[in-house]
Amino acid sequence: MAAIELRNVVKTFGPITAVDGLDLEVPEGICLGLLGPNGAGKSTTMRLLTGQAIADTGELRVLGHQLPGEAKTARGLMGVVPQLDNLDVDVTVEDNLAIFARLYRVPDVGAAIEKALDIARLQERRRDAVDELSGGMRRRLLLARGLVHEPRLVLLDEPTVGLDPQIRTELWTLIGELKSRGTTILMSTHYIEEAERLADEVAVMHQGKIISRGHPVELITEHAGRQTAEVYGPPDRLAETRTEAEAKGLSVRPAGPAIAIVGSERADGVIPDDAVVRAASLEDVFVLLTGEEAE
Amino acid sequence: MESATPAQDQVAPRQMRRLEPTAIAGIMSREVANFRTYWKGTTFSSVLEPLVYLLAFGLGFSATLVDEVEGVPYIEFVGTGMVATAVIFSSALPSMFGTFVKHRFQNTYDAILAAPVDVEELVSAEMLWIAIRSGTYGCVPLLVTIAFGLDPAWGMLLVPLFCFVTALGFAGFGVAMAATVAKIDQFNYVTALFVTPLFLVAGTFFPIDGLPEGVQIAAQFNPLHQLVELVRGGAFGYEWDDILRFAFLVAFALVTWRVAIHQMQKRLID
Repeated sequence: MAAIELRNVVKTFGPITAVDGLDLEVPEGICLGLLGPNGAGKSTTMRLLTGQAIADTGELRVLGHQLPGEAKTARGLMGVVPQLDNLDVDVTVEDNLAIFARLYRVPDVGAAIEKALDIARLQERRRDAVDELSGGMRRRLLLARGLVHEPRLVLLDEPTVGLDPQIRTELWTLIGELKSRGTTILMSTHYIEEAERLADEVAVMHQGKIISRGHPVELITEHAGRQTAEVYGPPDRLAETRTEAEAKGLSVRPAGPAIAIVGSERADGVIPDDAVVRAASLEDVFVLLTGEEAE
Repeated sequence: MESATPAQDQVAPRQMRRLEPTAIAGIMSREVANFRTYWKGTTFSSVLEPLVYLLAFGLGFSATLVDEVEGVPYIEFVGTGMVATAVIFSSALPSMFGTFVKHRFQNTYDAILAAPVDVEELVSAEMLWIAIRSGTYGCVPLLVTIAFGLDPAWGMLLVPLFCFVTALGFAGFGVAMAATVAKIDQFNYVTALFVTPLFLVAGTFFPIDGLPEGVQIAAQFNPLHQLVELVRGGAFGYEWDDILRFAFLVAFALVTWRVAIHQMQKRLID
């Protein structure tokens, strides 16, 4: 049984179609990265999975439970780590965890708190108000709160958005540990590096649909080939190189001050000698497929 | 982190029912945990405000303008009426502002609704918590009036129940308003159009039978007026029609409960 099964799911908000015929299956025990630019429909998909949004059409099953009818039961089996910090800031770390242990009907609240404090590495700050914690500690607590009932499935909605690199790395370590326990993870992100590091499979979402899916290496091979050449220089030269590359059927995308020629191993005679040639990346795939700049 | 696989014995029951007491208790435990951080300020204002009103109107008017109303010393008339004032100000306003802030600014409800809790349980728990608090604070003016000379009566033991049921109704009203308005400043309209008139035409400071007939009829639909009459019944003797007054308050709470759930469902579930 798949942990998550979505079939032809559509969700509109007035004239806006946020999710447009989405098909998605997440087998148990993997970490699937839902990668897409802002507005791709990732957060709406997450809300559909928790029953906080109701699909206009389509079928949704989470851990064998049909949504929205059995959403409450399904929520009892999954953990959610939201994009926005919605901890109770005046309340202690311990109480924040206790409240959610009760909401999830955990039989032994005390033991659940201890485990969650270990996960968040906040044993020594357990009696401090959340307001007194650093940004990184708050994020760790938010993650631990979503795991307080040891769920089979965890939804991570942009878990590191807006965080500085050090805190991001800390959270990646925690998520990596969660993966190693065999917990199924669906993680939405628009950070390429996050998807590359953590996801067993990546599904690229754009305009409410999955437009490509696979292991990061497979996606790169399929869409971007082996190499990408970054060409720097004045605009005239870049325009000329671009025209030549496109004439040979190669994909070219802007890359900051340069242009990136994707699949450059097939570009006989087009790549200037001073171009920087590197291995093709998931970022190349992301930009080629969505037309959006990566972060 | 533990290396065990996710524990099956820690998961929620397979099929969940409506209005589960554990869910409601969980949400209320959150309210209690937060209340422990701000109870002093809230209690201070909830006790002081009716006391100030009581001193200003009760002592001020009885010393200068009014000696007795309906055969009762004016300070006792006002003191028993002030129970209703304490109830509306500690139920309608906190539920309006508290619900709005938790939903729009703190994203608290997103967190709660990601757990196995539904909107019906969320609203019920919020209303219950406010009603318990308000039911307690509502008794303060009565105790103060006793300190000013009102004779204690057995009937007063029912006053916390009357306050609780009325507060339940106004908590539902506040939650429904919070789910309906688009911006927080629109509460000004709610306060001016509903809260203040209900407060003034409840029979707290003057008997409503001196008002025009139309206002007297309208006052019968004012839950605060029914509460005022019930509290005075508790202090000075009940009458048979107090059963109808209590039934009206129960109906008011039931109606606002369902309206609040409906409005919050629309607001919280896309």
